[in-house]
Amino acid sequence: MDKALSVQNITKRFGDFTAVNQVSFDVEDGKFFSILGPSGCGKTTLLRMIAGFYKPDSGTILFNGKNMDGVAPNKRPVNLVFQNLALFPMMNVHENIAFGLRRRGEKGPGVDKKVRELLERVGLPESGKKQISQLSGGQKQRIAIARCLIMEPTVLLLDEPLGALDAKLREHMKVELKNLQSQVGTTFVYITHDQSEAMVMSDMVAVMNNGHFEQIGTPQELYHKPKSSFVAQFVGNNNKLRVKLHADSSGNTIARYADQYDFKLAQKLETANENEEYDLFIRPEAVIINPGDGRENFHILPVDVTSILFDGGNSRLLVQPLGTEEELVVALPQTREYDYIRSKDRIQIGWDMNKTVCFKRSDWKLYDEE
Amino acid sequence: MMKNRRHIKWGFLFFFLPVVLWLFLLIVLPHLELLRLSFTKANTGKFTLDNYLAFFNEPIYWLTFVRTAGYSIIVTFIVMVISLPVSFYISKIVKERISGALMILILVPFWVSELIRVYGWMILLRESGILNHFFVSIGLFKEPVEMLYNDITMIMGLVYTSMLFMVVPVIGVMDDLDNSLIEAAYDLGASKTAIWRTIIIPHCASGLVNGGIIVFMLVLGSYLTPNLMGGKNSLWFTEQIYNQIILYFNWNQGAAFGFLLLALSSLIIWVLLKLTKQNLKEVVK
Amino acid sequence: MIRSLPSSKRYRGGFTLFIVLYFIFLFAPLVVTMVLAFNDSMYPSLPWQGFTLDWFFGNGPEKYGIFHDQTNLRSLYTSFKVALAVMIVSTFLGTCAAFLFEQENFRFKNALYFLMIAPLVIPGVILGISILMFSNTIGLFIENHMNVYASFLGPGFPLVVLGQSSFISTIVALVVSARLKKFDHTLEEAAYNLGANKAEVLWFITLKYLRPSIIGGAAMAFLMSFENFNTTIFLVGSQATLPINMYMQVRDGSTPVINAISFLLILGTSIFAVINLSKGNKKIL
Repeated sequence: MDKALSVQNITKRFGDFTAVNQVSFDVEDGKFFSILGPSGCGKTTLLRMIAGFYKPDSGTILFNGKNMDGVAPNKRPVNLVFQNLALFPMMNVHENIAFGLRRRGEKGPGVDKKVRELLERVGLPESGKKQISQLSGGQKQRIAIARCLIMEPTVLLLDEPLGALDAKLREHMKVELKNLQSQVGTTFVYITHDQSEAMVMSDMVAVMNNGHFEQIGTPQELYHKPKSSFVAQFVGNNNKLRVKLHADSSGNTIARYADQYDFKLAQKLETANENEEYDLFIRPEAVIINPGDGRENFHILPVDVTSILFDGGNSRLLVQPLGTEEELVVALPQTREYDYIRSKDRIQIGWDMNKTVCFKRSDWKLYDEE
Repeated sequence: MMKNRRHIKWGFLFFFLPVVLWLFLLIVLPHLELLRLSFTKANTGKFTLDNYLAFFNEPIYWLTFVRTAGYSIIVTFIVMVISLPVSFYISKIVKERISGALMILILVPFWVSELIRVYGWMILLRESGILNHFFVSIGLFKEPVEMLYNDITMIMGLVYTSMLFMVVPVIGVMDDLDNSLIEAAYDLGASKTAIWRTIIIPHCASGLVNGGIIVFMLVLGSYLTPNLMGGKNSLWFTEQIYNQIILYFNWNQGAAFGFLLLALSSLIIWVLLKLTKQNLKEVVK
Repeated sequence: MIRSLPSSKRYRGGFTLFIVLYFIFLFAPLVVTMVLAFNDSMYPSLPWQGFTLDWFFGNGPEKYGIFHDQTNLRSLYTSFKVALAVMIVSTFLGTCAAFLFEQENFRFKNALYFLMIAPLVIPGVILGISILMFSNTIGLFIENHMNVYASFLGPGFPLVVLGQSSFISTIVALVVSARLKKFDHTLEEAAYNLGANKAEVLWFITLKYLRPSIIGGAAMAFLMSFENFNTTIFLVGSQATLPINMYMQVRDGSTPVINAISFLLILGTSIFAVINLSKGNKKIL
């Protein structure tokens, strides 16, 4: 497949602060690509460089193989859907969508026809005459995208456009945006700090932190095989056990938790320094309640139930491992199998060794952009 | 309950009475008196239209009136044209920190009395003024030229003295203009002129009208600037009013002139408000 | 185009040049006026004859500095008195109006509000003549019916104060209203709940909260009164205020003592303006 967008070794500094550090990635034609990261991770700077609003200090940006160095933002085959959508309040919907075409010098009934077609494609065929203030949040969203799509860009950049919507509408728009993208087939590069948005919509997700990419992969890869502590914590919910490592007689890596529980790891890790701190990650849904004995490669932990959080299919138990002050989250399947569990009960939990990942502890800090 | 209501009444009257006295004794009744006098014959106190007829029969009066109105519109327009880029620079181009300082710099000269500012221009521009001294000494002029006392200088002076009242509201609306709108327009391929025409000016329309009303009103009613910078040939309608009342002691004629000026300013403000679908309440905010 | 968009050097440079010229235009007359206050010459013009402080402290026989110039000192004193009186009257009226229109509801509120903001769009000249004529009519009425000559209704101090207050009160009202609008009324309710009566709430809670805007409004009232010309010219009696007195001197030509007065006024208002602006009081009308 062709690469709609290729970013190579791009770097941007503001004074002493490196906002984007040696970032490279490719986006295949027609894909939905997300860049996911906490606020201040440099994702907006990266986006503005792709759009052409910032000039990178080094590195290249290619659209369909063409180098964009020195090409002004308005001459690039890319359009940006702004965070606040930036619909022109002084124009109606039709004029907003036609804006780009008119600036290109297109006139006459051709423009009207294209606008009408596009309004139909985004599912708002009758709203050309409406003022921007008359639109609902979701409609504004679609108009903002339509305004860019009419320019037939190679890549459409979206800067957290769902951020301003309320939670319910956001859920709805995730699905709608995904459908819209597959329908029009334009390459989307989507920026967000909301991991759920990125996971639901994207073909590929890049997780960004402190100006660089931690990992690029499909949502499934990021979830199941995180390559760094940051990704393990940022993508999906995870339990974090603070552990120290040592090796046993047969050379396996053993993680010691709370100075009393030993867990054999599937990975082999550096154990020379036994005081070095590591984090062991287990997803709440990987935890089995009262697993019973006799399982191979299985970690067992006795815990006290601190509270039961009933939330339908998303119900959880909060538990406290014996001898610690820490709290773990355990998925509580609503199969009525565990109805006997009460608060303050002492139970056992356990998980398959292969469902854990372990990383050296890294405290990541957040910076403000610029 | 009764007691409570009486309390509220007293509080209300405490605010209400001074305000009503102020508005009626100093605004409403004086203007009614102005209107009455303008329809009254001097000394006899009989109803007459003479004062208004005199205005229409004497070309010097109505020509001055038309001139004043015309120049006021021109000045308002020039002030708008200059204020837009100045506001844009301060609000959108220069770094935030400098923009605050520039804002203070822009405001300070306008706290200084109009008289002093006009006087400054007089010592710059008059025949024995600074500019003449400078131009003669560098050999640009052979001999000093009188740059005061003509219409162009007067217009410049009026622009100068009323500028702030446009710049402040326009900077206000310019600050409200979301930068991403400009970026979006640019991203969609708009040129600079197109951005000004389709985004910036439409957005600033309300500020321009608000400023325009205040500037127009100030210029129309200004006395010092036309009087000191315009000289004999630059008759301004406020000077006619002054002459009638102070020099000729013809108050009835002066009242008619005053009323005509008031009618003109109200009319133009009303037209501006109607054109932009605003009301006066929003403008004075 | 704007900070966040790339733009050519020429565009940025051209724009900066325009702004530099604008600021020169803004400050040239003020700077020139101030500098010439120190010129050792009998006329406020070049050539530079050397530095002197005579126009401030000189005590004849040739040069009378401002501190020994009886006429100007007297008018300065008059202006001061007027400004102080106007400040008190209009701060009271303006604050009452702010409470009336922000907190009370009554019939014809909108009509009355319209009357209150009307002085902003009535030329000062017309306010002056209408108040002059009205008070004169009342004076005549009293004289004819009661055989008393009401001297305070003729041109002079009381009339100047009333005339200036008629529109300056509106400005104070707008400044105070702006802050009162943001007032959280639950604070008042909390105070009532804790046992305060209406007067106590007004004094301890609301007025405390409004204090910055009342002080700001009062300061603005003082300054506007001090600089007013258009309204005052018709109402002033034998005691000229400073702007009136300076106007005569500027019109008829004068020594650089005018520059010295201007220097002090510019300095004073600039300090005043910077203090006021740095407190975030952007309202300047």
